[in-house]
Amino acid sequence: MKGYLIKRVLQGILLIVAVSILVFSLLYMMPGNPVDMIVDRKVSVEKKAELAHEMGYDLPLPEQYMRWVKGIVVDHNFGNSTRYKVPVVDLLKDRIPRSLMLCGWSLLIEMLIALPIGLLCAIKKNSLFDRFTVVFTLILTAMPAFWLGALLILTFSVGLKILPISGFKGPEYLILPVFALVSASIAGTIRLTKAEVLEVLNEKYVTTATAKGLPKRTVMVKHVLRNALIIVTVQVFMSVPWLISGAVVIEKIFDIPGMGGLLLNSIIVQDFPVVQAVLLIVAALTVVCNLISDLVIGILDPRIRISMGGGDK
Amino acid sequence: MRGRGKAKETLQACLKNGDFMVGFAILLSVFLVAIFAEQIAPYGYTEQLVGGKFSPPSSEFWFGTDELGRDVFSRVVAGTRITLWVAFIGATLELLLGVTVGLICGYFGKWIDRIFSFLTDLTWCIPGTILALAVVTLLGKGLTNSVIAISLVSWASYARPVRAKTMSLKNMAFVETGTAFGESSFSLMFRYILPNVVPSLIVMVSMSLPATILSTTTLSFLGLGSQAPSPDWGLALSIGITYIVNAPWLSIFPGIALVYTVLGFNLLGEGLRDILDPHMKSQ
Repeated sequence: MKGYLIKRVLQGILLIVAVSILVFSLLYMMPGNPVDMIVDRKVSVEKKAELAHEMGYDLPLPEQYMRWVKGIVVDHNFGNSTRYKVPVVDLLKDRIPRSLMLCGWSLLIEMLIALPIGLLCAIKKNSLFDRFTVVFTLILTAMPAFWLGALLILTFSVGLKILPISGFKGPEYLILPVFALVSASIAGTIRLTKAEVLEVLNEKYVTTATAKGLPKRTVMVKHVLRNALIIVTVQVFMSVPWLISGAVVIEKIFDIPGMGGLLLNSIIVQDFPVVQAVLLIVAALTVVCNLISDLVIGILDPRIRISMGGGDK
Repeated sequence: MRGRGKAKETLQACLKNGDFMVGFAILLSVFLVAIFAEQIAPYGYTEQLVGGKFSPPSSEFWFGTDELGRDVFSRVVAGTRITLWVAFIGATLELLLGVTVGLICGYFGKWIDRIFSFLTDLTWCIPGTILALAVVTLLGKGLTNSVIAISLVSWASYARPVRAKTMSLKNMAFVETGTAFGESSFSLMFRYILPNVVPSLIVMVSMSLPATILSTTTLSFLGLGSQAPSPDWGLALSIGITYIVNAPWLSIFPGIALVYTVLGFNLLGEGLRDILDPHMKSQ
């Protein structure tokens, strides 16, 4: 288990390093050089060279990369936004909590709704409830998040006039965005939970437990639910990246000043330091979440723990 | 290769499968609208001030008119072509990339495979939409570029299963016979192994098309895909949301068209999966 743990952590670090190299080179894959993107066209060549020297753009690339990484790791400095002319960290400081709040609430509510539904569908397969859920999730997966958002605004803000349309001034401004984000990703979670629970139900140990004459309730709680919980944990961590990408769209519709909106605007105006910072943070978050979910499965599921510790991967 | 009896059997299974038939009917209607777009649409999709600005839906303008007085119905009809084009190009690109890489990795294995596995892990470090946003930054805005970006992000979902299938087929007797007859690696990969992957590929394509359409529409919605005056549904929705209070029909109708089309692809995919690949159903 320990060896496995070290191996996975190293793998994660390697991935983050690779992503950071990619994100760093984003700036250099663009046509033109980085200084041209910051300054006006009219600036003289000498002045540009001076600027390039000042910002370290004339150093060899590996050295620039090391400086960039050192800045992030040691000083938490992602550079300055070329558009807002302030440190990227200052831009992120207010926005990250808003995005986290949006994603966190969505995750919680999604799990609270999706897991019982998925479980019930698996246990009562082909019942009326199950069939209804299948059709419902099918329609939901066909709906893009931005259209769902539009429909929600139409119903609750324009029609019923009970919730604000957009902006971010208080808790009530979060209700519709969370609702939209949950609806956009809940179908997948329900389906997956159902599929996994169905698989658990077909396991030999469940058959054995039933054959032993255990009451159905005990089998469900002690064998099926316990194993289904593993899936739940994995689900929670694995859906974080999905929520983050969904948040980009939701933040745009509801005009929430979060990280997604910042990323989008920065891409449009080519504000690279911000784009780099957001991509790096998202990638790191994804790697960490995957790592945690892998470790949790490892701890909870003895079969995987053994095969992972001994096997190649 | 499938015999004639097998083909007939598959066809019968298709006719009996409810999901497949409904999906097929939906997509057939979408295709017909796309083909006869010019005959169906009463106005050109860029024609301005055919009615007043923001006229609500009426017997003359079924879906109302937009902020420039264009007929929304005509624009939704014209948008079908864009959506189907996106589906076609996206699927082609993803297939080309995914199948080639999957075949090569599965066939050669070793370090080529290692590099590929690392690359896919890498693309999965950043959520798809966000990675596609980054790629569009490099390529520049536009519909074609956003389709390319989506394909670059999602080809790995084809490569993985193709790689696994190739690995298991590589050691089968018929491939070994080919090797013994001195067939080149290229011929072994594309003439011996590929035909056996095709049935699962059909399922994979039909399952991933809806995602490709939705992602591309999302990029258009975010302002990085199709640019005005394109009748792209994603773009139409992003404009529609600006006027949602006074002219909700601008957001409602393109959205219905999009959901209808994606639902068609989804149903067709589910049906095809049940028919062609019963093993996948339990997963």
